[in-house]
Amino acid sequence: MTVEVVKPGLLTTLQDAGRPGFAQLGIGCAGAFDAPALRIANALCGNPRNACALEIALLGPTLRSHTATWIAVTGAPIPFRINGADQPMWAPVFVTPGSTVELGAMRSGCRSYLAVRGGFDVTPVLGSRSTDVNAQLGPLAGRPLRAGDVVEMGSGSFFSRNSSTRNSENISHWRLDPRPWFPEEAPATLRLLPGSHFDKLTEISRKLLFSETFAVQADSNRVGLRLSGPALEFGEPIEMVSEGCVPGILQLPPSGQPIAFGPECPVSGGYPRIGQVTAVDMPRLAQRRPGDALRFTPCTFDDALRALRERERVLTRLETGIAARLTA
Amino acid sequence: MADYAVEILAEDALLVRFGDGIDIATNARVHAGARMLRDADLPCITDIAPAYATLLVRFDPLAGNSDLVREAIIKALGSGFRRGDEQKTRKPSSPHVEIPVCYGSEYGPDLDAVAGHAGLSRDEVVARHAAAEYTVAMLGFAPGFPYLLGLDPALQAPRRATPRTRVPAGSVAIGGAQTGIYPRELPGGWHLIGRTPRVLFDPAREPPCLLAPGDRVRFRTIEADEFARLAERGA
Repeated sequence: MTVEVVKPGLLTTLQDAGRPGFAQLGIGCAGAFDAPALRIANALCGNPRNACALEIALLGPTLRSHTATWIAVTGAPIPFRINGADQPMWAPVFVTPGSTVELGAMRSGCRSYLAVRGGFDVTPVLGSRSTDVNAQLGPLAGRPLRAGDVVEMGSGSFFSRNSSTRNSENISHWRLDPRPWFPEEAPATLRLLPGSHFDKLTEISRKLLFSETFAVQADSNRVGLRLSGPALEFGEPIEMVSEGCVPGILQLPPSGQPIAFGPECPVSGGYPRIGQVTAVDMPRLAQRRPGDALRFTPCTFDDALRALRERERVLTRLETGIAARLTA
Repeated sequence: MADYAVEILAEDALLVRFGDGIDIATNARVHAGARMLRDADLPCITDIAPAYATLLVRFDPLAGNSDLVREAIIKALGSGFRRGDEQKTRKPSSPHVEIPVCYGSEYGPDLDAVAGHAGLSRDEVVARHAAAEYTVAMLGFAPGFPYLLGLDPALQAPRRATPRTRVPAGSVAIGGAQTGIYPRELPGGWHLIGRTPRVLFDPAREPPCLLAPGDRVRFRTIEADEFARLAERGA
């Protein structure tokens, strides 16, 4: 039950739902940046929602499966072939032993997910199979996949092939509508909660934050997306000591160019916080690639929480529906 | 009025603020607050992480909203949490960890720079650094990196103009008013004055970190031969 990495892709990491509970030791949560895309990929393989899958950035890997399994690819649209034949994303796909699974260059977006039946069975580190590249923590000593790696897959009974495939074809007869989970949008408009130091911005900077477009810089990664746009400034310099940080924080260093924190952000930091990307919009932040434009719109905590609960309701219903379909 | 404030950070995070600066009294109240919240064992809380003057509390936003968690925090900390409470809530045997350090030479290449800045001899810098008692204010920067309060003010030194791209694991360093220990090889701009053979962070160990927030720390001077012996033992 193994998968061999033929080509690793640009930055392919093992990720699950993350590693909460260790912030007091200086250890962040990590985990999938686009969390719903990971959950749906797992659901399509009949896995628990936090099973370990691959997070793929911009350019996908080439893998060889030594055993038969089911896989599913979700997230940003990415060319997906098995032994040279195109395969659908957002659907369970059967893989015969010895098959070569190739993922190409994403057409848009930044992160795709590949789940396998039973999940990747790597040894958990501090209770999680997610890779924190920045902290060098997690499976594979916290590094991305490289050529020659052999990764164990968990076991799991196969679904009835009648329910998902016919006539010995690998392609299932149904696939999910990706639009709710990967909206094609340029620029993306992310809902922003007020940060602790938003009121300390100059009046003009407060306006610019919501009226102007920001571009994602090339040196962005899972730690944070560095944005370039109008220079934002505070009315007077803010002196602060290091305080707790969480993903989604929009911090403003002295350069005047904000950074939106991702899942590998530091657990503490000393730059002012001008905003907080809503939890419900974190997947859309995850899908912005260098060069992409994004905008912010103000949001209240009540509205943010309502939107998060609504998404959770839809996602849970989808997971239940997929499970019913797989066992039909 | 209670001597702390609860700020909303995100849908799943609150910040309990006990002050704004870096000082031992404020930080002691942060650790006392952390203990009280841990003891209260509040449902839906996933993380309680002390910083210098604030406590980060993370929770499951689908299990409890920030209003409920804020109320639970206020209830747990009590309305009577005021200056001085850190004494009452200090653990009876707050751990006192001894860290062996080989100072100077290749173990602490910046010892001369720190001595020059302080106008002290190398031996005086080492004696003062090893004489003080430190408190782990917080862990951050990298897993298991302790920010220690209690540095002799004479030893304060601004960060290096050019940070190093590789600081060896175990390096004991001074950055401004603080001292810290690099748990693994990392980039860093602090002045390196010595190195410990002890392993500060090992995810396979329980607990993974040698030091916890609030722990008290002392440094013990060792020579190169003892460093080698301890390092070999996997100290």
